[in-house]
Amino acid sequence: MIRTEEIQINMGPQHPATHGVLRLELKLDGEVIVEAIPHIGYLHRGIEKMAENRTYSQLIPLTDRIDYTCSMVNNWAYATAVEKLAGIPVPERAEYIRVIIGELNRVVSHLVTMGVNGMDAGAFTIWFYCIRDREFVWDLFEMVCGARLTHNFVRFGGVSFDLPDGFIEKAREFCDYLEPKVDEYEGFLLNNYIFVKRNREVGVLSENDAINHGATGPVLRGSGVNWDLRKNAPYSIYDRFDFEIPLGTTGDNWERARVRFEEIRQSIRIIRQALNSIPAGDIVTPGLPRLIKPEPGEAYARIEGPRGEYGVYIVSDGSAKPYRWKFRSAGFSNICVLPLVLKGLRVPDAAVIIGGLDPCFAEVDR
Amino acid sequence: MTSFVNWLDGLLKVRGIPILYAHVVAAVVAGLVIFSVIGISVMVLVWLERKISAHVQSRLGPMRVGPHGALQLLADILKLITKEDIIPAKADRWVFVLAPFIVLLPAVLAFLIIPIDSNLTVRNLNVGLLYFLSIPSISSIGLIMAGWGSRSKYSLLGGMRAAAQFVSYEIPRALSVIGVVMFTGSLSTVAIVSGQARIWHILWQPLGFLVFFTASLAECNRIPFDCPEGEAELVGGFHTEYSGARFALFLMAEYAHMVAACAMATVLFLGGGSGFLLPSVVWFLIKVFALIVLVIWIRWTYPRFRPDQLMDISWKVLVPLALINLAIAGAVTAFI
Repeated sequence: MIRTEEIQINMGPQHPATHGVLRLELKLDGEVIVEAIPHIGYLHRGIEKMAENRTYSQLIPLTDRIDYTCSMVNNWAYATAVEKLAGIPVPERAEYIRVIIGELNRVVSHLVTMGVNGMDAGAFTIWFYCIRDREFVWDLFEMVCGARLTHNFVRFGGVSFDLPDGFIEKAREFCDYLEPKVDEYEGFLLNNYIFVKRNREVGVLSENDAINHGATGPVLRGSGVNWDLRKNAPYSIYDRFDFEIPLGTTGDNWERARVRFEEIRQSIRIIRQALNSIPAGDIVTPGLPRLIKPEPGEAYARIEGPRGEYGVYIVSDGSAKPYRWKFRSAGFSNICVLPLVLKGLRVPDAAVIIGGLDPCFAEVDR
Repeated sequence: MTSFVNWLDGLLKVRGIPILYAHVVAAVVAGLVIFSVIGISVMVLVWLERKISAHVQSRLGPMRVGPHGALQLLADILKLITKEDIIPAKADRWVFVLAPFIVLLPAVLAFLIIPIDSNLTVRNLNVGLLYFLSIPSISSIGLIMAGWGSRSKYSLLGGMRAAAQFVSYEIPRALSVIGVVMFTGSLSTVAIVSGQARIWHILWQPLGFLVFFTASLAECNRIPFDCPEGEAELVGGFHTEYSGARFALFLMAEYAHMVAACAMATVLFLGGGSGFLLPSVVWFLIKVFALIVLVIWIRWTYPRFRPDQLMDISWKVLVPLALINLAIAGAVTAFI
């Protein structure tokens, strides 16, 4: 009598497809996934607790390390929250610099995801192309702040350095360089027959499920929900720019990848507009105290990062250190859909779906 | 080969040594030649693969050891051989140890019947094609052994995939070469090559070539059909637990299978060593390496299929295409 039984495998925490330290407990019937249980916490550094023992400005470097693929955006989210809490105004020029840098960082993050999506499906080459293009942005960031990965650039009421000479020309050059490249990659990866076969109808996330799980960013928009904080709750100066929010329809993995491709194009559009209209002026509000001691109270600020909504919640007790500091990471909510979408699929689908949800585990675990 | 035996026999007869010894010596010589040919071509191929992949990916690839990294592979082999040979504690020891040899050996055996030149073949078997279709598939047993013997779940999944994949790709591969046999009226590889003196089979049977080539990609575990390895989801598939020299054997087997398949495609569809000006050995090598470069190029361009899609393609696309090719070949032989 032949007897069959489920096997249980641990995908991760050390596994090429989990992009970090996700442990995915899979119960398999042959290759079909019966149940998937994600386990997180392997990269937990207790950043939120550490925050309670540091002054407000000492926290900026910590935010870099929350999501290392888009540290500028994290800086920005945190600075926005403190500005809201302490009522600090931001000069015009600083807002423009933040938008330019933030959108460049979004491009970088999506480029990496693009490469990873290819690699999960077995196409190795796209990864090298994306990493090559990312270098240009890292060079730009190095020009601005000297750092390449953890930038520690945004300050309360502005930014730490002004754009150096030649930055605007170089950034324009990069936009001109990247635009045809995105078209090329679209043909090379996104519209590749095998890539479409691997990602279409795989990991379908319905509109309702996406909202109920608190998914944000490309994962939510891939399911067709028109929700982008840059449009729906404009912060900074996003209401001045002309851009579109790309939306998916079916909510499968391919749509999520396509949304990211489109977002790169839209980001380039925003960067071009910002580069053309950046005014002269201060880069940081003059006369701010060295040590910020906000009035007792609380503030929540959120901005649209490459992975979705980055929210920062601060409670102040009037001292120089936050009483409570909470970071809402997009990736955490996004990977919550894993048990739902993985059920009934196959092992190779798990790899592409994790890549399609694009979690960054430093940010999931914090 | 026969002429070599006869020549040797002539030498030995003078001293009264029976012909059996001549056969033994000839077999040893042939074995050595095949092994060195495979060894050298694998070394060239690994270097070629690394260089081509590097240039496809806008990198340089190995540059330090020797001119343009030509000696990199020697260093790599040295590294792999001197590495610790790990056999997992719970592995099925004998199965685990034997598996790499069983994967490699059929690839070596396949070279026996490949006619590099009409006079330069080890054995001109009259069932050569049948031999070629059956021998390399033995290696699938080796893959299953590797998957099972490692006692690792990832390896097991890889081994399972290998079994399913190899069995289903045997069929379109066998069907695609029947057209060639219909044209030549012989299963002997030498006869197939000489039958293409006027016109290559690829011109009459482009579909047959396509199916044979695609199925061969699957047989050699190459992208887009490398599901048994599938590094994105199965880490390394059947060879996840292998290290050092045993891992090198798997690597060697993969390339040896690739050379064998490309050489066979050359023999079946590209006229073997036929060509102008240059000697046929050179033409043969040119054709084989052109095909190999194509395989490598595909490897670094395409994503990988999912195992169930792989089956779909075999049964729903390749088998019908091979049958269509068969019908065309039949019509051509009947009316022309």
